[in-house]
Amino acid sequence: MPGYAERVKVFGIYIQGGPIGVVVTTGGIRRVIEFRAVTKRFEDGTIAVDELDLTVEAGTITVFVGPSGCGKTTSLRMVNRMIDPTSGTILVDGKDVLTVDPPTLRRGIGYVIQQAGLFPHRTVLDNIATVPLLSGWDKRKARTRAAELLEIVGLDANFGKRYPAQLSGGQQQRVGVARALAADPPVLLMDEPFSAVDPVVREDLQNELLRLQAEFDKTIVFVTHDIDEALKLGERVAVFQTGGHLAQYAKPAELLSAPANDFVASFVGRDRGYRTLTFLHADVPVHPVTTAKLGERVTITDWTLVVDEENRPKGWLSGVDGEVEVAEKDLISGGSLYDGTTLRGALDAALSSPSALGVVVDGAGAVTGVVHAGDVIQALAKARAAGEVPK
Amino acid sequence: MGWLFDPAHWSGSSGIPVRLLEHFGYTLLTMVIAALIAIPLGAFVGHTGKGGFVIVGLSNALRALPTTAVLILVVLWAGLGDFPVYVALVLLAIPPIMAGTYAGVRAVDPVTVDAARGVGMRESGVLLQVEIPNALPLIFGGFRGAALQVVATATIAAYTGAGGLGRFVFDGLALQDFGQMLAGAVLVALLAVLVDLGFAGLQRLTVSPGLRPVGTGGNR
Repeated sequence: MPGYAERVKVFGIYIQGGPIGVVVTTGGIRRVIEFRAVTKRFEDGTIAVDELDLTVEAGTITVFVGPSGCGKTTSLRMVNRMIDPTSGTILVDGKDVLTVDPPTLRRGIGYVIQQAGLFPHRTVLDNIATVPLLSGWDKRKARTRAAELLEIVGLDANFGKRYPAQLSGGQQQRVGVARALAADPPVLLMDEPFSAVDPVVREDLQNELLRLQAEFDKTIVFVTHDIDEALKLGERVAVFQTGGHLAQYAKPAELLSAPANDFVASFVGRDRGYRTLTFLHADVPVHPVTTAKLGERVTITDWTLVVDEENRPKGWLSGVDGEVEVAEKDLISGGSLYDGTTLRGALDAALSSPSALGVVVDGAGAVTGVVHAGDVIQALAKARAAGEVPK
Repeated sequence: MGWLFDPAHWSGSSGIPVRLLEHFGYTLLTMVIAALIAIPLGAFVGHTGKGGFVIVGLSNALRALPTTAVLILVVLWAGLGDFPVYVALVLLAIPPIMAGTYAGVRAVDPVTVDAARGVGMRESGVLLQVEIPNALPLIFGGFRGAALQVVATATIAAYTGAGGLGRFVFDGLALQDFGQMLAGAVLVALLAVLVDLGFAGLQRLTVSPGLRPVGTGGNR
C-alpha cells in the first residue's frame, strides 16, 4: 500500500506511522453553528427533526449520534441546505443559512459523505480541485493546492493521476476528506464518512481526522451511528433519539458517567464504566522490568521482556528456569502497549499482557517500564476522590 | 461482384465515391440533428426525474412508426428532395439516443450526484460536469445503435429520387441488375462498419478512462 499510513506490526499491536502533514493556515476564521427551534417535517408527515436547539462550538468536533431515523443526518444536511427546515433557524457564524444561495453556501462548507462520493470520471487530483475551481481559482493554483492536500491526507503524489475506481475504500475516503478541505473551509460536515470501510481502516481514518483537526482547528460536525466512534472523536456529543429528539448534548465523559435518561444509558452501552477510563489521564506508577535481547544468554527467574536493538518490545519469555539463549521461537507475544495517555490504555495493557504486566513505551516505542492493573484501579479511586470523574 | 470492381462505376457524378459521400452526408447530418434534439431531452428528463413516462411513450411511439410511411407522408406534404429523407431518418434516430441518454443520466450513482450538489455545483454543473460525462458510455451506446439503423435506412432516400447508396439498390432492382443491387448492399454494410468504428474512436476519446471497466488491481 504505497503512500498509505504505514503500519508496522510491533509486539502484537499495530502502531501508526502516518506521514506528517504540511501546515497550512486556516486564516483563523472560527464558526459557530446554531440550531434554533429547528423542525423538519417531510412531505409524508414524518417528523425527522423536532424543535432542535443546539450550538456547535467553533473549533470543535461535535458528533451527532443515534439510531437510524433519529434525524442526525437530516440535521447535518440542513446546515449546508441539502435539506431546508420546515421551521426554525440555522445560523452559521451568526448568518441565517436560508439567506444564502445554496451553491455559494456549500462552497464555503466542506462536505464529506459515506462512500466518499468521488466523481468517477475525474482523476483524484481533479476531484480534490473541484471546489477551488468552482470558486474561480485558476487551474494551476487549484492543482497545486490539490497536490498539497493529497500529501496532507497521507496519500502519495502518484495517486493524483489515478481514478477513484482504482482506489480502496479507505483511500477513496481520504480523497473525500481532501476534496472537502481543498478550499480551506472553516466548517466541515461529515456524514457517516467512515462507516463503509473495514474496522482497521476506520481506525486509521479516525486517527488521521484527529491529527488533521489538531492541526487545522476546524468546526466539524460529524454524524455516525457508532457510539464508540462518537466517543472517540467528539469533543461534544449530541445523542439523538428516534423521532428527532435531542436526548443529551454533553462531553463524552459526561455521557458515560451521567446519561440523561434510559435511552442514552442503553445507547452508550454496557461497559461504559470501563469506557470512562478513556477520558481519565492520571499518573500510574511505572515499575522497572527485566529485559533481554535476542541471542543473549540470560538467567531467567521471572517474566522477562525481550526487546530489540532500539529497546522496543518483541515479546515475553517465561517458564524456563536457569540459563538460556534468548530465541525468537520461545517468545510469547505481548498485549497492547501503554503510551502514557489514558487510564483505559494502562488497564488494557496490563489486562492483555500474558505476564499481567502492562508494557509502557515512550514516543519512539522504546520500553520504559511496566504498569500493574491494581495501580490503575487505585489511580481511578484517587481521581474519583479528587472529583475528576464526572458524576 | 464484378459490378463493384468495374472502374467505370468508380467515377462520375453517379459513381460509387459520390454515392458513398452522399450516403455518409445523410447519416452525419441526421445524427447531428437527432443528437441535438434527443440528448437535451433525455438529459433533462433524466436529471429532473420528471416526465420519464413521456420519454418511454415517445420512444415507443416513434419506434412503431414505419419509416417508409413517414417518408411518403412528408413527400406528399413537402414535395421531393432531401428534406423528407431527413425527417424520416431523424425520427428513426431519436428514440435510441434519447433512451440511452435518459438511462445513462439516471444510472449515475445518487451518491455521486449528492456529492456534486454538496460541494456547491449548480444544477447545470451537476448535469454538465457530472451526470453527462458519467452517462457518456450509455449515450454512445444509443448513439451508435441509432447510427447503424440510419446508415441502413438511408437507402430509402433513393426511393424519393434523392441520392445515396440506395440508388444502386433501387436502380439495380428496376434494371434487374442484381450485381448492382448487391454492390449497393455491400457498400451500405461497409459504410455501417466504418461509421461505427468512427464513433467507437470518438467514444474512446471522450469517455473518461475512469469509467472503463477496472481490470486487475482494482479494489471494488
